[in-house]
Amino acid sequence: MNFCDITLNGAHLKTLGSGALWWPDQDLLCVSDLHFGKSERMARRGGPSLPPYETRDTLTRLAADLDHTQARTVICLGDSFDDLQAAQSLPEEERLWITRLQAGRRWVWIEGNHDPGPIDLGGSHLAQLAMPPLTFRHVATPEEAAEISGHYHPKVTLPTRGRSISRPAFLLDAHRLILPAYGTYTGGLRSHDGVLAGLMGPDATAILTGATPVRIPMPRL
Amino acid sequence: MTDLPPLFADWFAAKGWHIHPHQQDMLDRADAPALLLIAPTGGGKTLAGFLPTLVDLATTPHAGLHTLYVSPLKALAADIKRNLTTPVTEMALPIRIEDRTGDTTATQKRRQRADPPHILLTTPESLALLTSYPDAPHIFKGLKRVIVDEIHALAESKRGDQLMLALGRLQTLCPDLRRVGLSATVEDPAAIAHTLARHPDPCEILLADPGPAPDIAMLDTDAAPPWSGGGAKYAIPAVLDQVRQHKTTLIFHNTRAQAEIFFHNLWLANDDGLPIGIHHGSLDRAQRLKVEAAMVAGQLRAIVCTGTLDLGIDWGDVDLIIQIGAPKNVKRLVQRIGRANHRYNAPSKARLVPANRFEVVECIAAIDAALAGELDGEPRGPGPRDVLCQHILITAASGPFDADALYAEVTTVGAYSALTRADFDACLDFVATGGYALRGYDQWQRLKQAPDGTWALRDPRSDRRIRMNIGTIQDTDTLKVRMKNARGGKPLGEIEEGFAASLTPGDTFLIGGQIVRYDSLREMTVQVTPDAAKKPKVAAFMGTKFATSTQLSQRILRLFQQDTWPELPDHTAEWLALQRRVSHLPEPNRLLIECFPHDGRTHHAIYGFAGRNAMQTLGLLLTKRMEELGLDPLGFLATDYATLIWGLEPITNPAPLFDIDALRDGLDRWLAGNAVMKRTFRASATIAGLIDRNTPTARKSGRQATFSSDILYDTLAKYDPGHLMLQITREEAMRGLVDFGRIEDMAARINDRIDLVTLDRLTPLAAPLMLEVGRVPVKGLAEERLIAEEAARLMATAGLEL
Repeated sequence: MNFCDITLNGAHLKTLGSGALWWPDQDLLCVSDLHFGKSERMARRGGPSLPPYETRDTLTRLAADLDHTQARTVICLGDSFDDLQAAQSLPEEERLWITRLQAGRRWVWIEGNHDPGPIDLGGSHLAQLAMPPLTFRHVATPEEAAEISGHYHPKVTLPTRGRSISRPAFLLDAHRLILPAYGTYTGGLRSHDGVLAGLMGPDATAILTGATPVRIPMPRL
Repeated sequence: MTDLPPLFADWFAAKGWHIHPHQQDMLDRADAPALLLIAPTGGGKTLAGFLPTLVDLATTPHAGLHTLYVSPLKALAADIKRNLTTPVTEMALPIRIEDRTGDTTATQKRRQRADPPHILLTTPESLALLTSYPDAPHIFKGLKRVIVDEIHALAESKRGDQLMLALGRLQTLCPDLRRVGLSATVEDPAAIAHTLARHPDPCEILLADPGPAPDIAMLDTDAAPPWSGGGAKYAIPAVLDQVRQHKTTLIFHNTRAQAEIFFHNLWLANDDGLPIGIHHGSLDRAQRLKVEAAMVAGQLRAIVCTGTLDLGIDWGDVDLIIQIGAPKNVKRLVQRIGRANHRYNAPSKARLVPANRFEVVECIAAIDAALAGELDGEPRGPGPRDVLCQHILITAASGPFDADALYAEVTTVGAYSALTRADFDACLDFVATGGYALRGYDQWQRLKQAPDGTWALRDPRSDRRIRMNIGTIQDTDTLKVRMKNARGGKPLGEIEEGFAASLTPGDTFLIGGQIVRYDSLREMTVQVTPDAAKKPKVAAFMGTKFATSTQLSQRILRLFQQDTWPELPDHTAEWLALQRRVSHLPEPNRLLIECFPHDGRTHHAIYGFAGRNAMQTLGLLLTKRMEELGLDPLGFLATDYATLIWGLEPITNPAPLFDIDALRDGLDRWLAGNAVMKRTFRASATIAGLIDRNTPTARKSGRQATFSSDILYDTLAKYDPGHLMLQITREEAMRGLVDFGRIEDMAARINDRIDLVTLDRLTPLAAPLMLEVGRVPVKGLAEERLIAEEAARLMATAGLEL
């Protein structure tokens, strides 16, 4: 498994090619924006009937990352469910799968804008979580520092010889790390976007997900 | 014979006109259930189509809609309205004529639904939308005739399939509906008639006098065409000469990029300042309308254009057609030639300009075919099921329906006449539930079956979404290009998103005939500034590439078999003679493979003559097989006539490589993860209603919420590989971009007769291949390597280390 080693406020972290964040000193794995139940919510609201396999696909990847890291703590950084009803409508099989993954681990659901209330699944539900020297929350707060967040689904578009390649990416500067979306049915917001460009300092770098995580200065143009 | 009513006879006489024989024929057969008229441009075809309607309305009072006219172009609907209004006004006929297209205002559209005109002029998409309303029976009440204009163009695409499904619906509402099709010259009138008819009713075909033979020849140039490339820059002085000698010249190109480059070069050489315009589908609409208006007003001496001017409006004074680049398809050439001289019984004049040496042979073959009246075309195969899925949705939006009745109605459409009930039911299931292996949740049902067995929308409000997604034209993701300016700047046109992504600030490219510099991308708009450079850095944006038709390829192969080539220019005849001396010339029923060293690698030139798409697929399949055999291929490129593969080891035993079963097997494995499939999936899934149409507004508002259709494709392939959408994707890819049918034809044609010729150097026929662009590297970890290289470079530039 390939990692990219980074440091935030003195904490040594590893970004995984899958889009998960690993904090070895704390035995902690953090994933953001899982958006479980997205297809169910779309269909329920009269949208297109997307293939209802995104939850099991996301869980398959999460299980593999847990296998590799043997993390004792899991933080789901918000928007874990596409909405609260999607959390309730999860098929029994997938609920049991989540329960199996939770066994023997501390499991934290951070609230996101899509899932702002408690859900009927194991683990603790928090608005945010402080684990010195870092704080975990769903949406980045501009005036805060030493912060791990998600929400924006950052991605990076890189022109290379002959074609341009677009990948979900971690964004990192001296004050914060923004995680890419981990869920299967998630799109991305380019790092060029005004919100991200404004949030990240001039020294920001982007770490691309994929087979070999690579780090580049965050593209802004 | 049906006599023309006195009012009409007087009007014709006052104009000094005589009724054309085919116009009289149409009048005589006004009661035929379906009638196809094939006539050249300028033959009064439209009037022939409308004459029975005008006569009927003039003599018999009619309330509500009488005749529906459908054309592929909005502009054509507007133009016909103008042309029809003249006789109607002059004869003071009590007829109301209106058009209804995407450009019609909402108020006007609402009024038309409540109080339809006698004659409604529309497009297939606007008609499909009309049939989706619950009040469709009211709108179409009393409808007697439908006229499908330019049916030859519609019949080649899914727009035609959608239109014919809509006509099936109208026929149910109005059982006595008469159908009329108006077509340009085509190779297989019976196939078009089959498309038009209410199956199994017959459809009579009327062939109008085709008029005099066209005056068609190669354009004489002082310079010889180059060995490769598509610019035809060498012919600029000769083309300008022709423009000077004619009133109005249309200069047709096969791609937008070529049109842009040619126009640019034409301007650089246009010392007399002749008024010349450019017209193609990527230009801003306002720019295009300006060119069209100038053209109608007779202010332009020439227009550099693409297929956008293939159809439609009568341009009046065009007296010369110049085709730049090989026509690829004889039928399109003949139809383009018809654009010159819209006067009945005057010969059209056309000149062909090959862009490179090989195209000389193609042009000669095309001229021979055109003069012999040998047109080409591929049979279209059964009606695509993605269009059927959309039709089921449209039907549901208009109200509850019975599945048996809908199946019966759909099978009256020629293209769907062989549709099995099982295939229909699979489409219905997909529309109703998504067609996934697991379901059982109420919220997954888009349609619900009532106790009486009829199907209806579960949520009646979802009809809005269905209507917003009507249509089969695939919108590519395009970005607007504007001049940079504080107030937004002048719009120039559109470029594909993929092309925009390949640009870096400072790159220059051509659009609308001018060179611009890419500055930045702001909210889906590419901002550019004019650039004084002589040569754009990036040539131009991509466009559709046509594959040479099978029939034309066969003609070229037959031409090769001649002992000498007196009809070819000397430079080209010598080139072919030299090829025959050092190697072979390809033969119709054999496959020639040349194997030679070049640049330190082994090259194989495989002359399959199966068309660009099929030769590309062949390249992918062969390199995969060669990799398995340890021949270490490094890459390939494909043209209409050959695939060139380079690598480390030579092929010694070609027969097993071309075994069709092995190729088909390789295709199945290769297709699954292929970009062609993903592109096809996106198109079909959008038509079938699995993905919402990617509107510019939707793209602007939050990319986070939308995700790539590639993810859906991958997910389905992984968890539901038998799903209907994947079946449809495969069917569509096989007949579209993959074009495997032509590889099968090639395999059957050569039937193991393979000539492997080993040489110590490059051959004359292979030389132009070396200069072709579009090399495909054989993939491995290429993408990872590209990223790593680029990352290292960027970090180094920024003074950082990994």
